[in-house]
Amino acid sequence: MAFFGFQHGVHPPEEKGLTSGLPIRRMPYPDEIILPLRQHAGKPATLCVKVGDYVERGDPVGHADGYMSVPIHASAAGTVSAIDLWPHPDGSYAQAVHIKVDKYALQAARPRLVPQWEGLSTEQVVKAVQNAGVVGLGGAAFPTHVKLAPPKDYAVHTLIINGAECEPYLTSDHRTMVEYPERVHFGCRVMMHTLGVAKAVIGVEKNKPDAIEALERTKPKDLDITILPMTVKYPQGAEKMLIHAVTGVEVPSGKLPVSVGVVVQNVGSLAAIAEVFDTGLPLLERIVTVTGHGLKRPANLIVPVGTKMKDLLAYCDGVTPDAAEVIIGGPMMGQSLANLDAPVIKGTTGVVVLTTDQVRGEQVYPCIHCGRCLEACPVFLNPSWLGDLARIKRYDEMAENHLADCMLCGSCSYVCPSNIPLSQLFQASKVALRRQQQAGAA
Amino acid sequence: MSAPNLIVAAAPHLKDRDTTPRIMWTVAASLVPVLLTSMFFFGVSAFLVVLAATFGALLTEKWLGRPRSLRDGSAMITGLLLGLSLPPGIPMWMAFLGGFFGIAFGKAIWGGLGQNGFNPALIGRAFLQTAFPVAITTWPKAGGDFFALKGDLFAFPFMSAAPHAVTSATPLGLFKFEKQLTPIVDLVLGTTGGSTGETSAVVILLCGAFLAWKGYLNWRSPVSIFVSVFVVGYLLHFINPGRAPDGFFQLFSGGLMLGAVYMATDMVTVPTTNKGRWIFGSAVGALVVIIRVYGGLPEGVMYAILIMNAFTPLINRVTHPTVFGTVKLKEAK
Repeated sequence: MAFFGFQHGVHPPEEKGLTSGLPIRRMPYPDEIILPLRQHAGKPATLCVKVGDYVERGDPVGHADGYMSVPIHASAAGTVSAIDLWPHPDGSYAQAVHIKVDKYALQAARPRLVPQWEGLSTEQVVKAVQNAGVVGLGGAAFPTHVKLAPPKDYAVHTLIINGAECEPYLTSDHRTMVEYPERVHFGCRVMMHTLGVAKAVIGVEKNKPDAIEALERTKPKDLDITILPMTVKYPQGAEKMLIHAVTGVEVPSGKLPVSVGVVVQNVGSLAAIAEVFDTGLPLLERIVTVTGHGLKRPANLIVPVGTKMKDLLAYCDGVTPDAAEVIIGGPMMGQSLANLDAPVIKGTTGVVVLTTDQVRGEQVYPCIHCGRCLEACPVFLNPSWLGDLARIKRYDEMAENHLADCMLCGSCSYVCPSNIPLSQLFQASKVALRRQQQAGAA
Repeated sequence: MSAPNLIVAAAPHLKDRDTTPRIMWTVAASLVPVLLTSMFFFGVSAFLVVLAATFGALLTEKWLGRPRSLRDGSAMITGLLLGLSLPPGIPMWMAFLGGFFGIAFGKAIWGGLGQNGFNPALIGRAFLQTAFPVAITTWPKAGGDFFALKGDLFAFPFMSAAPHAVTSATPLGLFKFEKQLTPIVDLVLGTTGGSTGETSAVVILLCGAFLAWKGYLNWRSPVSIFVSVFVVGYLLHFINPGRAPDGFFQLFSGGLMLGAVYMATDMVTVPTTNKGRWIFGSAVGALVVIIRVYGGLPEGVMYAILIMNAFTPLINRVTHPTVFGTVKLKEAK
């Protein structure tokens, strides 16, 4: 463990001060909840309600479709008013269940058994977590139960918990660590027990001293949990960068973290696991940072999954006149939103509203070979060269030059003085390459 | 809440505030102190030569360049650098022609900014060196009346007679042909004969340090050139003190400072990797000393940089860092 950071990377303005000091508050239930059946990586859930059904808070509206899938639960009691295609935060349309929220419901979940994790086998814990619909809350929404049961041919020795939160603006993980450190530790305990690992490391960027302090204060005496302060740098929270910071090992190109014996989980997901084994409730709500200089009242909110972005922004007193772009997730890797009717889903870490003078300009200059993108790329690619290849559509050659290792962190596009949309080109090239390969295989 | 007009774009949505024009114009602005110093030594002649070269470069960029390419500021740098690398007594039409040639054949025909393999200012100078070998090696004496012209500046194209100015050899020429060593203090302060901007090492170093601090100049190329010139210079000096001057003399004489700080750091024509910049700089330094000591010309900075410009693509290729996570793969195989 030579150093707690990685080479290269960039330093975008953090802007976390807008919300880092604001306690998490609960947002009231909106009038309507919209639950897309596709909210996680893997297969979408299968519908199990019909129009007119009355659902209590916590009832499933969609069942898991196989192992690589999780169920979707109603985040508020009410009547299923429609099932249709609805704007999804990723820009597409997806099948979604509309629930007209019952204004007079107590919003108390049905009485349920709380699973006693100490007595459960690995399979039973995995099943309980899957049934609760828990997914990675760091943004990718990878089903958490899959990570609890890694392939048997790998020996997992360390659980790494991602509290880096390196994206500018976002503070939901930060506030979770400050306000619910016990939940993080409890979730960590369950995960360590299930994975059978003796060692866990929580990586936190040094710009969150209060989070580090809270985690240290509440650290259980009987577990080997290390809280590791890390260099403040983007993308410190990228899985492979985090593993490198903690273990000093580079995850081989094209391999999963488990191949070097680690499993990585986000702090928010640990808190969600804790919730399952604490109250028995499935994942119904999440902490969302609603922020940006284009927003009138930034906040950290507990938001019921399915709340429309429109309602969320309105609760924060709306946007300023110079608001230009609404981003789901952080401004480095998040997606900009075209339709404010799209709902908050399980993977929504934050909503950032940028102003006109913050968004990228349109004027692009020729590449001057300054080498800044090479200095920025955390995986040591040559973005300048890849960008040239992308423009002449030589995707095969890009693949030979390790396009697959690009994680689309956006560092190259951020530093490029000529404003060349490098990361954007790579994203498009990855899609084009996949289509080419599929066409070749067919 | 009223629905705002939203921008929809691919990530990342943020952008560092540095832009290519900002970098280029800052570099151009940092050449102003160098020009002022030159005017202190050579009077109005220095200004007129730089003006003519810059005018040539800008007009050619306007004529042959891509639309609005004047705004990015790169032609300005080419013009200023070319002017500063010429003797202050050269006829203005020659400086103008150098500016034209540098932009037209050093940059525009390759496709404009970012596409050229060789430094345009040096291409312009190399052209002048070949076409007008006498005019470009006629070095006026520093000092004298500010408004006194240092040569036949307003000569009509292709009509100029023999130069009238009071001339003096450059320190490098003095050593090479007359075995006379100029004191190091004069070299550092710039009170010697030489090109317009080749004179004061201190001013150029300060401007370079400012650019490096702003992050607009990668310090690795100049530093490696300095180290290389110093080491190779002393090496040859110890082998043959009569033929090769010492390392300090090599470091502070001729166009080395201007070349190392402004021309060997031109982003377009030097390697993009840091390791590559070390290789590039070291090779330039060694070539400079070798040309100065063993070549026919007293000065070798221009050719050393142009030669190494040709190697830039190769250096880029061999110095690319190992992609994250591929070291272990190779070991496993």
